[in-house]
Parts: sequence; C-alpha cells; structure tokens
Amino acid sequence: MPSMSMIEAINSAMDVALARDPDVMIFGQDVGFFGGVFRATEHLQQRYGKQRVFDAPISEGGIIATAIGMGAYGKRPVVEIQFADYIYPATDQIVSEAARLRYRTGGEWWSPITIRSPYGGGIYGGQTHSQSPEGIFTHVAGLKTVIPSNPYDAKGLLIAAIEDDDPVLFFEPKRLYNGPFDGHHDRPVQSWAGHVDAEVPAEHYAVPLGKARTVRAGDEITILAYGTMVHVALCAAQESGIDADIIDLRTLIPLDLDAIVESVSRTGRCVIVHEATRTSGFGAELAALVQEHCFFALEAPIERVTGWDTPYPHAFEWEYFPGPQRVGEALKRVVSI
Amino acid sequence: MIRNSTGLHIPEPAHRPGEQPDFSHITVPPAGSVGRPPVDVDPRAIRDCAFQMIRVLDDDGKVCGQWDPGLSAAELVAGLRAMMLTRAYDTRMVRVQRQGKTSFYMKSTGEEAVAVAAAMALRRDDMCFPTYRQQGILIARDWPLVEMMNQVYSNSRDRLKGRQMPIMYSSREAGFFSISGNLGTQYSQAVGWAMAAAADGNDRLSAAWIGEGATAEGDFHYALTFASVYQAPCILNIVNNQWAISSFSGIAGGEVTTFAARGLGFGIPSLRVDGNDFLAVHAVTSWAAERARSGLGPTLIELFTYRVEGHSTSDDPTRYRPASEASVWPLGDPIERLKQHLIVSGHWSEDRHEALRKELDEEVRAAGKLSESYGTLKEGDRWPAATMFDDVYREMPPHLRAQRRQAGV
Repeated sequence: MPSMSMIEAINSAMDVALARDPDVMIFGQDVGFFGGVFRATEHLQQRYGKQRVFDAPISEGGIIATAIGMGAYGKRPVVEIQFADYIYPATDQIVSEAARLRYRTGGEWWSPITIRSPYGGGIYGGQTHSQSPEGIFTHVAGLKTVIPSNPYDAKGLLIAAIEDDDPVLFFEPKRLYNGPFDGHHDRPVQSWAGHVDAEVPAEHYAVPLGKARTVRAGDEITILAYGTMVHVALCAAQESGIDADIIDLRTLIPLDLDAIVESVSRTGRCVIVHEATRTSGFGAELAALVQEHCFFALEAPIERVTGWDTPYPHAFEWEYFPGPQRVGEALKRVVSI
Repeated sequence: MIRNSTGLHIPEPAHRPGEQPDFSHITVPPAGSVGRPPVDVDPRAIRDCAFQMIRVLDDDGKVCGQWDPGLSAAELVAGLRAMMLTRAYDTRMVRVQRQGKTSFYMKSTGEEAVAVAAAMALRRDDMCFPTYRQQGILIARDWPLVEMMNQVYSNSRDRLKGRQMPIMYSSREAGFFSISGNLGTQYSQAVGWAMAAAADGNDRLSAAWIGEGATAEGDFHYALTFASVYQAPCILNIVNNQWAISSFSGIAGGEVTTFAARGLGFGIPSLRVDGNDFLAVHAVTSWAAERARSGLGPTLIELFTYRVEGHSTSDDPTRYRPASEASVWPLGDPIERLKQHLIVSGHWSEDRHEALRKELDEEVRAAGKLSESYGTLKEGDRWPAATMFDDVYREMPPHLRAQRRQAGV
C-alpha cells in the first residue's frame, strides 16, 4: 500500500473522484495549472482538462455562488477556499443558500458541493492564515463539517464528502499536510513516512461521515478532539501517563454522539480540545451534550482546552496554541478530582 | 485646497409626498432610434447602447425601427394574455392577503413585460434565476396558478411544504430556480449554472434578474466578473423599477450613470431597454439568447421600468413618494401599450380585451377556490408539522431525529 502525506492523500481523493464521476468539477484560486498553493490539486488539470479543473478569480463569494449554480445544473463541484480565514465573503452563499436550498425547495434542488479549505495554525500564519472557523458553520442547519487528522481519513472522508449530496465544509489542518504534529513546535518536524495512518490505498474508498474513531483506548478519562488536536491529545496522554480514551471526532456535523456517550459513561471524565477560540466554540456544544447524556456518570467537571479568545497572534503562536502541556495539565486536574 | 463645504452628498429623488411628481429629468428617446447590431458585434462598438434606450412601440402603438422582433399576432396575444393573467393573479392575491388568508404578497404591476416577454423569448429548457417580482415567468411558462397559490397559502399542496414566505416560488419543471429572499445571491448562481452548461457543450443558457437596488450587493460584482472571465452563456437582467422599498435608484448609484453601464467595465455587451415595451424586451432578450447560444458569452440588459405598487403588502409607498407618481410615469403601462399595438394593427379590439379580462378573472377565481380547498395559512390543511425536520439534509441525522421526537409533532 502506498504511503502518502495528507496533502497527497487529498490530491488522490480528488483524482479518484474526477476519474469516477464526470460531473465532478474542481475550481478555486490557483488550483488549475499551478495545482494550488499547497499542491492539493497538482497535476489534476493536466490529467482531467481545463473544463473540469480550473482557476477562479479572487472572489470567495463568487466561487461558492457559481458552485451552487453548477450543483443546480447537475454538477458536483469541489471548490477550494485558499485559506479558511478567507471564507467569510462567501458566508451568505454558504449559510443562506447552499445550506438551505434543499430545505427551502422541499427537496427539489440541493447543493452537492464540497468546500475544501486549509485551516488551523502552527505555521506562523498570523491572524489571517491560522483560524479555525468551524464553529461558525456547525451552528448552521443544513451544513456538514468534516476535519480529518491523518492521510487515510483525509482521503476517505474527502471522497465521502464529494459523493455526499449535501454541502460539506472540509477543513484541512494545514499543519498536518506534510506530517503529524503533536504541538512540540521546538522539536524536529515529523513526516508522515512510516506512520500507520499514512498507508493510503491508491484506489477509491470512503470513510463514512458521522463516524468517530477511537485513536487510543483508555479507561481514566475521555478526550474529545479533531484535526491537529488529535495528535496533541495523544502526546499529552503519553507524557502525563494518564490512560486516556481519545476520540477523533472526524466529522462535527453529523456528530457521532454514541461514541462520545459510550466513552464518557465508561470513564466518567472528559476533556475537550480544540484549536479554535473558546467562547461559543464547538467545545461548548460538546460539553453541553456530555452533561445532557452522561451527567450521572460524570465524576468531575468537563474541561475545555482551546485557543484563547483572541485573534491568532503571529509572534505568540505557541502561547496561543493549546499544546500538549496545557492539555496535560487539564488531564491531571480532571483525573485528580 | 479647501474642499467645497456643501457636506456629504445624499441623493434625493426629484419629488416627495405632497409635491407634484415630475419625471422631466428622464430622457425618453423616440422608438426605433437605436439600431440593432449583429449579435457578434465587438462589445466596444456598442457602448452607447448602455446609455440609450431601445424602444420598439411608439406612443401610437406602431412598431418602429430595427428591433421589431417580428412576432405573429398569435404570439402577441399570448404575451398580452400572460401579462393580463399575471395582473389578475396579483390583484386576487393582494385581496386574500388583506383578508388574512396569507401573511404577505408582492405585486408586479407595471413590470409584467419584464418577466413575460423575456420568458417568451427564451427556450423552455433555459434556466431562470429570478428575484421576487418575476411571477410572470411562471405564468408565461403555463405553470399552474393553483401551484403558485398553494405556495402563497403554505397549504397542504404547497410543493415547498410550508417553509418559504409567500411568492418565493420554485419550480424545476418550469425552469424557475428557487427564489431566495436574500437579494442578489441568485445572480451569481445563475452564472455558475451557465458555466456548467458551457462545460457540457450544450446550447442551454441561464437568465437572471436583479433589482437596480441590489446591484450594490457584492454578488452583482461576482456575477459580472465570472460571466466575463468565463464568457458564460447567460443573460443578466437588471430590473430598474426606480424604487428599492423607499430608496430611489439614486441610492444605488443611478443618479450618475445608468445601470446598464455597470457591464461596460467587464467588457459585457450592455443594453438599456424600455421595460414597459413588450416588443423591445422580447427583441433584446432574443438577441442576448442568440449571443449566448452562439458561444458569444453574456449580455447585460437594464430594463427601465416603474414599480407601480408598494414594495410589498407590508409597505406604504405614499410615505416616501407622491401617490400620483405612477400616473405620470413616461413609459406608460406594458399591458395598455401592447393592447394598443394589437388594436392599431387590426388584431384586437376593446370588446375582445374586456372579454379576455373577464375570462382571466374567472380563471384566477376558480384556481383560488381550488387552492383554498387545500388550505390557507390560517385555516384548513397544511403539511404535518413533523415534516419541518425533513430535507435539512438528504438523510435525517440522529440529532434531528431526536429533536423531532422532542418536539412531539
């Protein structure tokens, strides 16, 4: 089985989708001839032609709007928003249009579009190349939100997202594109080579949306994480010696609530980790669900370890980033109660 | 240098309530004064078309100039009928709204040609992306009045299952894309639809409508950019009916240039047309459609017209414009003008007109009766409340199933 980095796995997913379904069209800023600023669409225009893979103007609202129109025609557009931080001009088209088209037409029209976007911090991107805006979109009825943590999932989830008939936001933690990242920014950069989750089939497969994955089985405490934070949580559990049950949510909407409830009911403790700002973040939703469904099993208050409620600061990236030390401290606090 | 101290310029309409309405600032060129260029004309050669006004019918109902679409008497009568039916439908729906049978309604009085003539110039498999005052498209495409009324009543036969405010129609069968309610969003979507058709290599096109007020939205700019970049086979209509609720067209930039001129910076052929002239609207739309089907790309059309009624049933236009404004609008009424033309050309009479009006009133009345038997917003049948959880996603996710149970519906 080939070993792929996450960016190669994402490229492979689109390659497979283009080959299997003639209605798949890919466009976005710099995605055509050049193959994207992160190389996600490299060689795809050369392989599938300009009619199906092409550059778009710097117009996020126009990219999503035209994708919706193509979807209404019968196409299956996969578009790239170059950085999640740039998605806001398209918010009206995503929130008011793509999300509600099926509902407002009684199922007569829908938006089978996938919106890929590099997201999250850890690359010195400052406040315009680091954000994690998933909470803005998980709040909207009609959207699905997917955030992979490794190459195998990234390919399988992206294929599932493309084949899904609902609009899917596919946020790609850009710090994971070329290797896993446990938050130790001062250590040498790791590569995906040799990683068990970097073994990616070259052919078609799907990882279903709405199914979480236990990445480490444990009995002492449950950690709910997704994206980059899965690796940070694994590192924190190892370094603190706490026997954590770590769940990689993989998709936030639809959410695998059963997996969460099963774990927390068993461990009685829960720490939620995300890189996005805390207030009204997806962690708040998770905490509320855990207390609704697991209240009598809880032995300690739920803790959230998140980005601070500030813009992402360029020079203070590692003070902002919820690294393994902060996660480890939270684990120790919660298990000591 | 000292700046002129007149303060910030706030555009004001020519007249306000209590004042004598005066449209003398609007230049109405004679019918037939604008030539019809070949469809493959270099857009730079027809820039003046964005500032002139294409008109076919003169004040006496006679056809003038090169833009005569050459329609048969039967086609003209069909157009007249669709416009009259639209007006009769509007009249009834406002009445039932006043009776409390629905929450809201929007008339298209005075703007019937904008929708009906365009729809008749398009092919049935062309996709329309309308805004909220083009009900005439559905009527011109013979979409059943009962279906439209069911939507306005949100009743048990409403295809949109009671989810949308009245008049936000949607009909895949009639090639009428779902009306959003958020302004401008459909304009850029229409360009995407046209891009897909072009990528498929067929000769279908999309047509979109936007009000002059909403051209200030970003989506207008997105639409023109994408249409221009990809030379998408689409017709971009701007319905300049002079008013965006209470804001006159100057608040959208109409004081300093025409709305058609917006297209020039994008290299899109842009035409300004008398929107109350059925023949002119038909001719210009046909020209644009031929361009799109020939692979010549997009066309922008400003339809110069007038919103005779309030913005909606929730609006009282006498608060911001003279009540008598409509009566002095210099471009007249689209139904009266086509009627006059048909009479002058010997294909119509006052008697036939009156007979048709009565027939259409009866058709609307019968449709209304049938639709009301399926329920209205306040009485009778509607969709089961449990269906409000359907269609959020293709398959209902677990959290919505749980909420449906919780709702007890």
